[in-house]
Amino acid sequence: MATDVHRPVTTASPTTQAASAVRVEGLTRAFDGRAVIDRLDLDVRPGEFVALLGRSGCGKSTLLRILAGLDRDIEGTVLVPRRKAVAFQAPRLMPWKRVWRNVLLGLPGSPERGLAERALEEVGLKHRTNAWPKTLSGGEAQRASLARALVREPDLLLLDEPFGALDALTRIKAQRLVDELWQRRGCAVLLVTHDVEEAVLLADRVLVMDAGVIAYETEIDLDRPRGISDPRFGELRAELLRRLGVDADDGSAETAAAA
Amino acid sequence: MSISHAPPDPVSDIPGISKSDDSAEPVEGPGAATRSAEPEPVPASEPELVPIVPASTRRARVPRWLRRTSGPLALLALWQVLSSTGTLSADILASPGTIAGVGRDLLADGSLTSAMGVSLQRVAVGMLLGTLVGTSLALVAGLFRVGEDLVDASVQMLRTVPFVGLIPLFIIWFGIGEAPKVAIITLGVSFPLYLNVYAGIRGVDSQLIEAGESLGLSRWGLVRHVILPGALPGAMTGLRYSLGIAWLALVFAEQINADSGIGFLMVQARDFLRTDVIVVCLIVYAFLGLIADFIVRTLERLLLQWRPTFTGR
Repeated sequence: MATDVHRPVTTASPTTQAASAVRVEGLTRAFDGRAVIDRLDLDVRPGEFVALLGRSGCGKSTLLRILAGLDRDIEGTVLVPRRKAVAFQAPRLMPWKRVWRNVLLGLPGSPERGLAERALEEVGLKHRTNAWPKTLSGGEAQRASLARALVREPDLLLLDEPFGALDALTRIKAQRLVDELWQRRGCAVLLVTHDVEEAVLLADRVLVMDAGVIAYETEIDLDRPRGISDPRFGELRAELLRRLGVDADDGSAETAAAA
Repeated sequence: MSISHAPPDPVSDIPGISKSDDSAEPVEGPGAATRSAEPEPVPASEPELVPIVPASTRRARVPRWLRRTSGPLALLALWQVLSSTGTLSADILASPGTIAGVGRDLLADGSLTSAMGVSLQRVAVGMLLGTLVGTSLALVAGLFRVGEDLVDASVQMLRTVPFVGLIPLFIIWFGIGEAPKVAIITLGVSFPLYLNVYAGIRGVDSQLIEAGESLGLSRWGLVRHVILPGALPGAMTGLRYSLGIAWLALVFAEQINADSGIGFLMVQARDFLRTDVIVVCLIVYAFLGLIADFIVRTLERLLLQWRPTFTGR
């Protein structure tokens, strides 16, 4: 079973093993006997930005849900920080709570409104503090959802295709916002996405999931801020697309490529 | 994808649809400014333009409260006309004027006010008990699977028994005092509340529950911040049904074996063939129902203002 408590890696542990924000060993998750995640291993360093790519249905969202503690029908070892937060593809704000109450929802004790206001200010949404969720635009709702995640001061931020439902312009802004917030907060981030460019733009390391395991991974050592005009950006993008079974040149799918 | 946005083929051979706008416009451009208001035969390529009228000009000037009262007032006027012309004889239905007079008399001698007091008290106690019973059962069945298994089947079975048919049994059990009347109202009120609160709880979006879990809400926190607010629209619908049934149950309960209340006043009036008093009592029922509805509407406006649903045009 999953352990919800972060095991502090002390100096006594082997020197080759650095501290990690996520440690997954031999994780298996089966739906009706079909293993979607099959003995998967994963380590994420504290403060590292990891993007997880994979074709539809490869189990990447399942992995994120397991790390979030939402899916516990698993076998293997999963260690995650106690303080973690999730932003979903849909903002999932409670429609019956004003924005600031949504941000504070689930925090221990009775936190004051100022805390929510500061978090909302960080995502540029201070002017909508008292609004009902139904009056927010798609981008605003997603930023509110991000503020709700950040107010928990997570050591691990899990993002499940948070830009998937946004239009192209809003998505660019939201990506920049996440980049800024990550650099300021220094928390580890696991971003699940379909978008190869987004992964290369934001992540320190990109993982490609296939057949229930991490099939390929690559460090992205481009200087930040990154631009898609960089020739190395194109190379990384093409390689990742190839690993995902899409040939960048003619766009045809190759099923065996990622294996 | 891009094919659907391609410009129409200028040499299209479909009659009526004809040439593309691009080729037609330069020819007509200079003439457009001098064109007067008189309609000119429009070339087939130009679509007819229809103005979109702003909502503010379309909205009726009549205030809503006036519109809402106009229906009942029209009925009242029709009734008065029928009575004064003699189409409706006083033996069958007294005229509105007479009824107003009788109502004043009944109020003056205190019989109507005391009857209303008794009836209101019965409804209030019955509603309170019924709300408690219905809501608690719905919570037990809605929140816990064990509760569902234990409670739901029995309630679904019992709710099909017509509660009015239980009046004789209740009189044998509880005698002829207040107890059987309150019990009938409680019973009538419980079922619609149960059904709607239960459905409301089970209709809460599981994505929101999951979001609540990911935010670290405890079990009770989930119930309080996610499930109960999510079930509130259903509960309000249940409350409306319940109030309607409460008045219905009251009428039944008070017409059998009662010695006070509006129903008793009606039974008495029937014995003396006083249609005017009967109508006064019916109007009182109607007004009490209206007030109850107003209370629920106000509650809905206050509690459900977050709801992003259609509110009518």
